[in-house]
Amino acid sequence: MAAEVKVPPVGESISTGILAVWHVKEGDRVERDQLLFELETDKITSEGLAEVSGIISIKTEEGEEVDIGQVVAVIEESEVDDEGKAEESEPTSTAKTEAQPEVQEDAPVSPAVRRIAAETGVDPASVEGSGKKGRVTKGDMLEATANSDEKQEMPAAAPTQNVERTSRKKMTGLRSKIADRLVQAQQEAAILTTFNEVDMNAVMRLRKQHQEKFVAKYGHKLGFMSFFVKAVVNALKEVPGVNAQIDGNEIVTNHYYDIGIAVGTEKGLVVPVVRDCDQKSFSGIEGDIIQYAGKAREGKLAIDDLQGGVFTITNGGIYGSMLSTPILNRPQSGILGMHSIQERPMAVNGEVVIRPMMYLALSYDHRLVDGKEAVTFLVKVKEAIEDPTTLLFEI
Amino acid sequence: MSADNFDVVVIGSGPGGYVAAIRASQLGLKTALIEKGNLGGTCLNVGCIPSKALLHSTEMLHFTKDKAANHGIQVDGVSVDLSQLMKRKDTVVNTLKGGVEMLVTKKGGKIFKGLGVIQSPGTVLVKQEDGEITLQTKHIIIATGSTPIELPFLPYDSETIVSSDQAIAFDSIPEKLAVIGASAIGLELGSVWARLGSEVTIVEYLPKIAPGFDDDICKISERVFKRQGLKFLTATEVTSADSSENKVVLKAQRKGKEVSIEADKVLVAVGRKPNTLNAGIEEAGVKVDEKGRIEIDHHFQSNIPGIYAIGDVVAGPMLAHKAEEEGVAVAEIIAGKAGHVNYDVIPGVIYTDPEIASVGLSEQQAQESGIEVNTGKFNLSANGRAISSDVTEGMVKVIADAKSDKLLGVQILAHNASELIAAAVTHMEYGGSAEDLARTIHAHPTLSESLKEAALAVDGRGLHSI
Ligand SMILES: Cc1cc2nc3c(=O)[nH]c(=O)nc-3n(C[C@H](O)[C@H](O)[C@H](O)COP(=O)(O)OP(=O)(O)OC[C@H]3O[C@@H](n4cnc5c(N)ncnc54)[C@H](O)[C@@H]3O)c2cc1C
Repeated sequence: MAAEVKVPPVGESISTGILAVWHVKEGDRVERDQLLFELETDKITSEGLAEVSGIISIKTEEGEEVDIGQVVAVIEESEVDDEGKAEESEPTSTAKTEAQPEVQEDAPVSPAVRRIAAETGVDPASVEGSGKKGRVTKGDMLEATANSDEKQEMPAAAPTQNVERTSRKKMTGLRSKIADRLVQAQQEAAILTTFNEVDMNAVMRLRKQHQEKFVAKYGHKLGFMSFFVKAVVNALKEVPGVNAQIDGNEIVTNHYYDIGIAVGTEKGLVVPVVRDCDQKSFSGIEGDIIQYAGKAREGKLAIDDLQGGVFTITNGGIYGSMLSTPILNRPQSGILGMHSIQERPMAVNGEVVIRPMMYLALSYDHRLVDGKEAVTFLVKVKEAIEDPTTLLFEI
Repeated sequence: MSADNFDVVVIGSGPGGYVAAIRASQLGLKTALIEKGNLGGTCLNVGCIPSKALLHSTEMLHFTKDKAANHGIQVDGVSVDLSQLMKRKDTVVNTLKGGVEMLVTKKGGKIFKGLGVIQSPGTVLVKQEDGEITLQTKHIIIATGSTPIELPFLPYDSETIVSSDQAIAFDSIPEKLAVIGASAIGLELGSVWARLGSEVTIVEYLPKIAPGFDDDICKISERVFKRQGLKFLTATEVTSADSSENKVVLKAQRKGKEVSIEADKVLVAVGRKPNTLNAGIEEAGVKVDEKGRIEIDHHFQSNIPGIYAIGDVVAGPMLAHKAEEEGVAVAEIIAGKAGHVNYDVIPGVIYTDPEIASVGLSEQQAQESGIEVNTGKFNLSANGRAISSDVTEGMVKVIADAKSDKLLGVQILAHNASELIAAAVTHMEYGGSAEDLARTIHAHPTLSESLKEAALAVDGRGLHSI
């Protein structure tokens, strides 16, 4: 019996993805629940597992776009412990091995294309073919190598003869979606950024003061993020215009406080959403963030984890950024940029004192949010961080 | 559904029509094929097949008479039994005709013998000897082919002034045969009768024989055919004819001078015209162009929905394999599939000896289209197999795009050029370059190596030429 391996559903709004990596080879024996492949979609990376044990025959190459539900491999089921069946499956597996070259030589290239590929290192697979059924012709290769030809003449002068001066690979699904979205955000919204700075002294003191008890009770640390989330929720309540978005020619105002937290991963930035932050405790928020960070690293975020945020916080400070202008996470109207904490001489009550300072940046959609609202919002955040007790009284 | 209800009715059983009928049946369409004359159409009965049978027989004769001795084969008293030669030709035709009938019916198609006349887009009348049948159908495919063009001052009389229909079946060898037109039919049938002993003069209006082929190829072929005894009068326009008793004297203009050609028989081979008569085509409102060809769209459909046309009756080269390919494509389109004909890579062949074959553009055609080309040539006289087989006349020419090296055309004058051209067609179908052809291994020794050598020469890399 042959079982089809299909691309598993990952979430409502996702219908296609890129089959990023095969973890098994053509003809391999796979066990039930073994990891077969990784799927990259515009939002997350997910995995395909074997539903049965047997010999796999792969139908889709790495890097190909696939539809959810598409058959990407077939597993010829076999029971090793059942002798009769194992025997039965043997001819099938030899047949498969024989068929192997056919699968690999799926897109044979012509002799001239092969020669140019060997001489220039340009992979025909990366060239768009104009021949029958998209085959790459010699002309296509000549065109594709026209630029590298110019380069070929240069190494004579350049000392780094054998080092490629550039290298190419296909964009991952996640990266190209990120690219599309950022450009779209830049084109569709009127993004403006306002800046402020915040004295981190009070927050740092509070963290130090309560850290031990906090860890003892909740099992995780009290970070900076929960303060900023709470400060943002507070500011959103004060300036509801920032918690709104444009939908056609209507303005939709949100009356809930799901805050996206940008998390850097190896493959790019993802923004999981902490739900109902107005109703969560500091430890609840910290706990959610830690959990999301773990999932993000392992590539296990679900699509639902990423949808529905009303506002985003991004912390460039962890990479050492002093100041930046974040881009909106559409369709949201505001994003808060946190930055590195630096001790700086500040004038306080007529005296110069050293304080741990952080610059804050708020990018907003100026179509919807007025300058006054934006500045007020950021000042509210600053005040709450500098005096967290205001959060207690929601003032 | 009554017995006379069809999905597809095909009118005409030439290579276009019978292939369309087979493919339509294969695709599960209920198909009828109507033929007023003989199954297989022009190609099988009075065209491709009988002419090739005659060419082969007379080639054997030519070898026996003129070449065998050189090979150490002594044959005395060689003579020709024309009626046996014609009988063999008829056997060939009949064998294949039986094949067509068998194929069409085995695949489920129904054959109606009679004249097919379109009554309306969904109705075709079959006028049989013993009555009429009306067929209802969803789709009609017109594949009524073509007929020889007649010269106004030289009407056919089926005795002295003839078309190819008669020239494949003379019952005696004419002493003097004049042929008007130096294209495929004129050259092929001119060769046949010349080999059989006629004094053959071929008159051509254009300045070269085999017009349409590359200048280089035309020049060499003219030289080769002259050596075989054919006489050519190129750039010559026949203007009138005087017939008396069993003789005809053609008057022609050649470079401002009048020439006259005396002949027992005149074969007029100046082309063929689409056959749109008697099939109710005009009456149904089907549009034809200024040359009388049925106008069709990309789906072979005429201006009347449900009426399609293919083969010689539509535009394009009048070739059997073109008609066949269109037959396949139209059936597939009617069945909802993606039928397609690649008109850029249709090979054309003249079955003289050596044969002339080409695909794609000649060097001149490429230049006229403003395409810069590189060409490579190879003479058969340097090919080992050609020398062994005593077939050293000819040349292969490869024409490639100067920038991309893409194969634009291949022109061959060689023994068996009709078979050699297939490799070039395949390369071109896949967008191949001259280098691809040059880097493909060809068995040694074969004539096909000269194709590879000509491709190498495009890049100045010929191995067996200087
Ligand atoms: C001497 C000669 C040699 C040739 N050699 C070659 C060659 O070597 N290679 C090559 O590719 N081509 C060759 N051709 C050309 C080739 O024969 C045609 O291109 C080909 O036959 C066209 O096919 P077709 O199906 O369009 O039409 P045809 O073959 O002409 O068939 C049309 C058929 O429709 C029938 N018909 C017409 N009207 C009706 C009607 N109203 N009802 C019923 N039936 C009807 C006719 O009787 C005929 O049988 C040659 C032609 C000639 C004359």
